[in-house]
Parts: sequence; C-alpha cells; structure tokens
Amino acid sequence: MSVQPAMPKSWRMDTKPHKFCPGCGHGLVLKALGMAIDELGIQDRAVFGCDIGCSLLSWDFFNVDSIQTHHGRTTPVITGLKRANPNLIGIAYMGDGGGYAIGSQHLVNAAARNERITAILVNNTQYGMTGGQMAPTTLPGQKTETTPYGRDPEKTGYPVQGPEMVAAITREGSYVARGTIANLNQLKGYIKKALQNQIEGNGFSFVEVLSACPTNWRTNAEETWNMVEKEMPKFFKVGEIKVPGAGKEGQENG
Amino acid sequence: MADKPIEGEKRVFMTGNEVVAWAALAAKAEIMYGYPITPQNEIMHYWTRMAPKFGREFLQTEDELSAGFTTAGGVLAGRKAFTATAGPGNTLMQEPMSMAEAMRLPVVVVVQQRGGPSTATVIYSQQEVTMTTMGGNGEGLRVVYSTATHQELFDYTIKAFNTAWKYRFPTFVLGDGYQAKMRESLTIYDPEARGVTLLPAEAYLGKPGTPGVDRPPAQYRNTYNVEEELYEVLQGYFKDYEKMAPEIAEFDAFDTEDADLVVISHGVVSRAAKGAVKELRAAGYKVGYFRPITLRPLPVKELRALGGRTKQFLVAESANGQLARLLKEAAYGCPVEMLPMYKPGVGITTEEVVARVKEIAG
Repeated sequence: MSVQPAMPKSWRMDTKPHKFCPGCGHGLVLKALGMAIDELGIQDRAVFGCDIGCSLLSWDFFNVDSIQTHHGRTTPVITGLKRANPNLIGIAYMGDGGGYAIGSQHLVNAAARNERITAILVNNTQYGMTGGQMAPTTLPGQKTETTPYGRDPEKTGYPVQGPEMVAAITREGSYVARGTIANLNQLKGYIKKALQNQIEGNGFSFVEVLSACPTNWRTNAEETWNMVEKEMPKFFKVGEIKVPGAGKEGQENG
Repeated sequence: MADKPIEGEKRVFMTGNEVVAWAALAAKAEIMYGYPITPQNEIMHYWTRMAPKFGREFLQTEDELSAGFTTAGGVLAGRKAFTATAGPGNTLMQEPMSMAEAMRLPVVVVVQQRGGPSTATVIYSQQEVTMTTMGGNGEGLRVVYSTATHQELFDYTIKAFNTAWKYRFPTFVLGDGYQAKMRESLTIYDPEARGVTLLPAEAYLGKPGTPGVDRPPAQYRNTYNVEEELYEVLQGYFKDYEKMAPEIAEFDAFDTEDADLVVISHGVVSRAAKGAVKELRAAGYKVGYFRPITLRPLPVKELRALGGRTKQFLVAESANGQLARLLKEAAYGCPVEMLPMYKPGVGITTEEVVARVKEIAG
C-alpha cells in the first residue's frame, strides 16, 4: 500500500522532498502554513519572507512569491513590503535567534507600531544552522555548544517569553499565540487566524511555534517528542495569548 | 491632492536636505524609510511635510538596519523607495545594502557625510567614501554619485533613481553635512518637462497571477549551496557592472591638457579646488582640475589618460586618503606622482589649495 501524504496545494512540488534534517520541525510548521494559505485562498497575494538560519532553506518551499533576507531582518523587509503594497499578505518566517536575539529590535518595534504583517517564529531552543549554540530560548540546564555544561540562568538568564512580550507591547487588534508541532491542527488554526487578522487589517500577528531539532539536541524520536511535549511547555505555554475582540485577557485553548 | 510637486521650473534658495526631499518628490519616489541621524534629518522633515500632499508614504523605523531593509522591501513591492543616513547610520546601512547588491535591488540611499570614526562630529567630512563605495561583505556592486552643489544634489538625486532602476544596483548620492545644512540657490524643476524620462519601478514580488499556476513563483535568495554557484552568479554581476561602468561614469575637468599638476578632489572640496586652479592659472601656473562625479565606478579611462601625461596629482580631500586610495587603484602603473592634501573631517578652502600648490611648485 502506498499512500502519498496530502501536501498543501500551495507547496512547490519540484522542491520536495524538502531540505530540512530528518525529524526537523520546520516541515511541519510549513505544512500548517501551507494549509492555512490554501484555506484562505491567498496564494496569489501572499509574500513569504524567510530569515537566515535553518529557515533560509524554505526560500523556494512554496508556490508563493518568496524572499530570503538576512539573519534577523525578515521582519523589516516584510514591513517595508507591506507598507509599500498593503494588498500583499506579508509573512515573516524566522527562528528564535533571528526573532529574539539579532532581530529582536525589529520584532519589538514592528509589534509596537502594529505593523499589519504576520510573523511566525520557530522555537527549537537553539541555533540550528550554526551547529547548536545557546539561543534566547534555551532551557535552563540545557546543553548546547556554547553551554556545554548546561545553561546556567544565573549567568545567561531564563528563556525568553516571546509571545508574552509581544502581547504586552501590542494593543487591541493584534493576534498572539504559541502553537506546537505536537498539535498541527491547532497550529494551523493559529496561523490561519494570524493571517486572517492581517487580511482584516486589525494589526500585528505573531505565532511562536514549539519545534524540534533532533540533530542538535542529539535526541532519538522518543526523546525528541518528550522535549517538545513535556520539557518545552514547562517554560513555553501553548495557547492563544491575545485575540482581537477578546478583551484584555485574551483567551486560551488547545 | 496636488498633481505635480514642481510645475515647470523654479528658482529657489534652500538647504541641501530640503533639495533632496524635493528631488525625491520630483523623481516620483513613492516611499521613504528613515531613521534620525544628523546631518540628514531635514530630508525626513521636509519629506514628511510634503509627501502626504502628493500621495507619498513615510515610515520611521527603529534603526538604520531596519531603514535599509524596509527600503529593500519597498523596492521588492515595486515602489521607488529610498532612505537617507550618515556616519554610524551609514555603517549599519551597509548590511541591507549588501543584500541589495546580492539581489540587485534598486535601492536609493542619500548619505550626508559627518565626521568619523565613531560618533565623531555631526558636521562634516568626506570620510564615508571607502564605506559608501566598498562597504558590506561584498565587492562594491553599487553606484556612488558625489555631489558638489545644491543643483547637483537635485539633479543627481533624480538621476540616482533612474540609474538604480535601469541597472539594478543600489545607488548612493554622497553629500556631506556642509551641503546638507548650507543654503544655496538652485533651479528645481519637473524632470519630465525637461525631457528626462523617469524610469518606472517594477515589482519583484506580488505580480499578478497565482504563482505555480499562472506563472512561476518569484523567489529570491542570497544564500548559495556551493562556492561555484556563487562564483557563477557574481561573474554575471561583474559583467553587468563592467558594461554599465563606462555608460554612467562621470567627471568634470578643465585645464588638464598642458598641466604639470592636476588637483583631484570630489564633492564640496572640488569647489575650493576649482577656484584654486582658476586663480593659479591666472598667475601662470600650469595646473589643471579633475573631479570624479561617480566615485564608484570611477571614470577610469580618463583618470589613466591623465595619469599618463601629468607629472603630479594633488589629491585634496576631507579624509585621510580615502579618495586617494581609489585613485591609486585606478591609476596603478601610471607614471604620475600622487601628492596628499588630506584634512580628515575638516573643510578645505581655495586659499589652502593655492598655498599647497605654490609650495609644491617651490
């Protein structure tokens, strides 16, 4: 029996199989994004911007106009594009290093200015492309190439709470959520809402996604899922953090 | 909403920064992205006052990295977009401009040079020549016009948009704090009324049709998998650049035919050099004047011809030899002797150039 997995219509088939490592979460996030693009029917006006880091490998992932930018700079490129042509649906796709470290000023200010773009940030707790260094999202005690004895919060702080930060600095109209590759339907729903929020012109939309990097984590399948489903949610709470029209508190589900 | 920012021609008396804003309007620039830094601030001030009257846009960003990358985004969306910066802002601007070089994005940047290194002075210098011509981790695939007068600030800002969109290299207008802040007379005009064709912008992303259905997706990258892949792309870029160079290289010169010594300068310093050469000629000195208007690409052919028949170049600049380094490369192998007149971060007067030439002549 041979069943082809259902791929989103907006995927570019001639660049599949994709270039990510086996077990990488990017393919799943991009599948959820592809399905959201399909369901919203925005393949003709979406523009996909990808950062540098592992996310750069997605530059030809979709049958969607795409731009590969610099490390941390996807948010301003998509901001500039959206400002120049508000009919486009701008998607800024980045990792945790790009969004929370080198490009944090762009994320903070785009959110504060309420840019009508959708930022999707993949959190795999370390820098994948450069070989597994500590990221702002690295868990306390987690071993990386630059924290070989485990991250010591006394010296390097605690994991950055990205969506909570974005929620705190945005006003009514923004959409902020944290999804996970462990719940793809929910993730697709979040991404779809984030895109819908941009289509409606409400405000900045941000989805962080808990993802996996078995290559640098040096984990097998069981350990990988344990990390994604059990360890990461201890610090990164999955759910919707800010929803337009839901009042100050927002709502949670999932 | 007013139709045209400038009807016909108008004689005006204004600062260089105001001139740039008018020129960008006249060139049909559609959006400016910017971040405050002295001495270019008033470009934004005038733009933000005038732009809404003509349906143009502005975004103040969080820093110059963002100003450069949002400008790249505006260009990708198919708009004539520009930014302006100076000094440490120009340093940050080099990162987005390297992406513009890699992806052949016609970004226009106006630089009003200030003192360096570091924060230095907010006033004046010609110390951003090396960075503006060759900045970023790349090969200097950009165009740099160095202006000397307010009229040129107007003319070359308009020209910068056309050069950028015709050849698809990032294009800089290199002014300085003196030009930015000084008031001067000039004629502003509607370029189309003068017969100048303003090249239209063209979208890189978001063209009509569904990608993969009606057309292939437009996808741009700046990362390559192997060395040879990058090498091949760059060879194409170099070929384009070399073909373009003689078409766009510009210079100004006089009295060079029989000159023993030619004063070479650029930008606002060339005004002092021009006055000095005229004065020295009147006094019987065999001196000439040469000024590259494009610092990148340089007018190499003319420089080499000059370097082959002139005994001495006196290089006068408000930097410690940044123009001279470019000239030495261009004139390599020519028998000409190159003499320095470097005043980094400080202006140069006609009297000083006259005195220096007389000193050399003995």
